[in-house]
Amino acid sequence: MAQHSTDSHAHGEDHAHGSLKSYIIGFILSIILTIIPLVVVMNHMFQATATILIIMITAVLQFVVQLFFFMHVRDRTGNQPRWNVMALIFGLAIVLVVVSGSVWIMAYNGVGY
Amino acid sequence: MAQAVSQHGHDHDHSHDHGHHDPQEMKLLGFWIFLITDVILFGTLFATYVVLHKNTAGGPGGAEIFEMPGVIAETFILLTSSFTSGLAVLAMNRGNVKQLISWLIVTFVLGAAFIGLEVTEFVKLIGEGHGISASAFLSAFFTLVGTHGLHVSVGLVWMLLLIIQLSRRGITDVTRGKINVISLYWHFLDAVWIFLLSVVYLLGVM
Repeated sequence: MAQHSTDSHAHGEDHAHGSLKSYIIGFILSIILTIIPLVVVMNHMFQATATILIIMITAVLQFVVQLFFFMHVRDRTGNQPRWNVMALIFGLAIVLVVVSGSVWIMAYNGVGY
Repeated sequence: MAQAVSQHGHDHDHSHDHGHHDPQEMKLLGFWIFLITDVILFGTLFATYVVLHKNTAGGPGGAEIFEMPGVIAETFILLTSSFTSGLAVLAMNRGNVKQLISWLIVTFVLGAAFIGLEVTEFVKLIGEGHGISASAFLSAFFTLVGTHGLHVSVGLVWMLLLIIQLSRRGITDVTRGKINVISLYWHFLDAVWIFLLSVVYLLGVM
């Protein structure tokens, strides 16, 4: 009985989140967010700083689109905590430290010489 | 104790249920955690690339050797395959095994096309003398992009095996869990590629 109720619940969740509409919206958003930086870079539309900003912002936005529209990061069953989101935030924090830390240290690597 | 529990029978039952989740749910969470470790793997490779990308040892940099038409094609192919793997999951939720297998095959073909383009790019670079050992920049480049390509290749083999299993067993609780997991993996690889496109190629050629 308990098993059955969990199953039907999980089933309902699938239908709630994985709709064709949300996949199509996600796909269209991804295409737009890919074309913007491509056009900006290939046509040399802006200065370096603005270009870098546009590239990184559209990349992050597209990552968010993938997470929400395709990977259904918000999916959960019942009142369960969102362990996947917590693990993701932890992982991203580590990545941020590793990448920015490496760049920071190596940028000043030549100072000692 | 049992008496006390049955007092709040419903509530308690509910949380108990979720404490010991059904195996497929736990596998999905476990796979999320694997993906997070992969995020960290790619994070370190990105850090390496960003640090080393100017160290070209007198050789060419990204702007000279990257060929954008191929890269743009790879991007849209992988993006579309991410979408079709989502359509495969939708077909599965409707219980339509034929459509599910068809969308998986489309996803597989797109993934294979992506790998084909990437291998062509690598072979061309190596043929021109820009191999992995030519400079620190190229070492970091091949390691980063190659690791992603390796992930996609592993995903292709995995998808092929799942297509075979689906055609034999149809949609069961077990195959349903596996399809959910591989589609998550596939979306994740597309997300990683977006950062490869942005950090390696777009910032490289701008």
